[in-house]
Amino acid sequence: MSWMAALFLRDFKLAVRVGGGALIGVLFFLAVVTVFPFGVGPDLTLLARIGSAVLWIGALLSTLLGLDRLFQADREDGTLDLYLLAGRPMELVVLVKCAAHWAATGLPLVIATPLFALFLNLEPMAIAAVTLTLVIGTPALTLIGAVGAGVTVSLRRGGVLLAILVVPLSIPVLIFGVSAATAVLSATAPFLTPFLYLSAISLVALVVGPVSAAAALRYASD
Amino acid sequence: MAAETNTTSTQPGLRIECRALSCDRGGREVFHGLSFAVGAGEALLVKGPNGVGKSTLLRVLAGLVVKSGGEISLEGGEAERPFAEHLHYFGHLDGLKPALTTLDNLSFWKTFCDPVQGRRGIDPLEALGVLGIEHTASLPAGFLSAGQKRRLALARLLVVWRPIWLLDEPSSALDKASEQTLHDLIEAHLEAGGIVIAATHLPLKLKRVQELLMEPVTADAAQTEAYAGGAVFGDEEGWG
Repeated sequence: MSWMAALFLRDFKLAVRVGGGALIGVLFFLAVVTVFPFGVGPDLTLLARIGSAVLWIGALLSTLLGLDRLFQADREDGTLDLYLLAGRPMELVVLVKCAAHWAATGLPLVIATPLFALFLNLEPMAIAAVTLTLVIGTPALTLIGAVGAGVTVSLRRGGVLLAILVVPLSIPVLIFGVSAATAVLSATAPFLTPFLYLSAISLVALVVGPVSAAAALRYASD
Repeated sequence: MAAETNTTSTQPGLRIECRALSCDRGGREVFHGLSFAVGAGEALLVKGPNGVGKSTLLRVLAGLVVKSGGEISLEGGEAERPFAEHLHYFGHLDGLKPALTTLDNLSFWKTFCDPVQGRRGIDPLEALGVLGIEHTASLPAGFLSAGQKRRLALARLLVVWRPIWLLDEPSSALDKASEQTLHDLIEAHLEAGGIVIAATHLPLKLKRVQELLMEPVTADAAQTEAYAGGAVFGDEEGWG
């Protein structure tokens, strides 16, 4: 087994086991989505109009929830020091850790989206669009969040600071994700343009995220 | 000391040399002007009172803490690899995941760490046997006692070959029998041409051993001030 596969499996296993917090994200997502109809009121057309945005914001908040432990757990038990000495590129280590984190926390959000979309009276086309944009967009959220997780790794209670750092950076993801998801409801708005921008942001995050987070982690061991 | 040819060593002439090594943390000087050289098959014992910077020295050598001055050079290693990838750092933290089994914890490091100099370490199960914890192989590491965790962490040094071992209080939480095992492991590693740099109070009866006595840096007024101001956040350099 290659070292990347070993790291992925180990992190995935740790995330889905007790205390790993993979399920917490989906439950939190459910809580956010169910609370909206109560706040907005029983206006089904309004819900259908804002439903995609609600799902996107729910996914953003749920992603942030578990991110503070992404590197902190490794730092606390000394694993991070050993990662730095293992002779593997730290950027790839971060990328694999992010992939495992996404598979354990982001993917369940995507899978739950079609079901939760029913609570918000979304049309089938809109459900498909929001799910597709979340598949493309949630990895970007995880990768951008990894930078925040790397910077705040040595801080106790870094979770709140992490959210404050990461939310502004994830606004572009949210804008293009929601624009693409809601475009299918309108006759004039294009779907493809915001969708391609969203894909581009994800690709940029794929490079910038691991490089910046790895740089932050190298200094965190000091 | 003259470079001896070690017949059992696959890397004759492996030699660490440190010149005028110094380290500042948060504006406070931890140590300065440390110079020493250790050759293949040799152990360096770092001695000194608590708080004198023994752990910091080992972390500086591992590249985990940035040094503020001096040079660390390695002869006879792999030229394209940084110094830090030639070593095992065995610190206060065990680096174990309580939710995973003992064997999973150990096998991961075997797969994850890049082998140095083409030499493979021993099999994880065998390593557990050497340290006398093979019966815990399928138990979650969280169930182990402090001493057993320490032994499991020590097994990592055996499953991946690294010529240099940096050991920070390796005998803490170990019982008498395990201390002896540790002693034997260190001896075997030195015989295989490795280098051991250890901060320990354990009396090691080794053939080729040097001692490095670290003394507290005389705290002048300026340093004390810098410490008071910089202990929490440090200066630009210490912030991290």
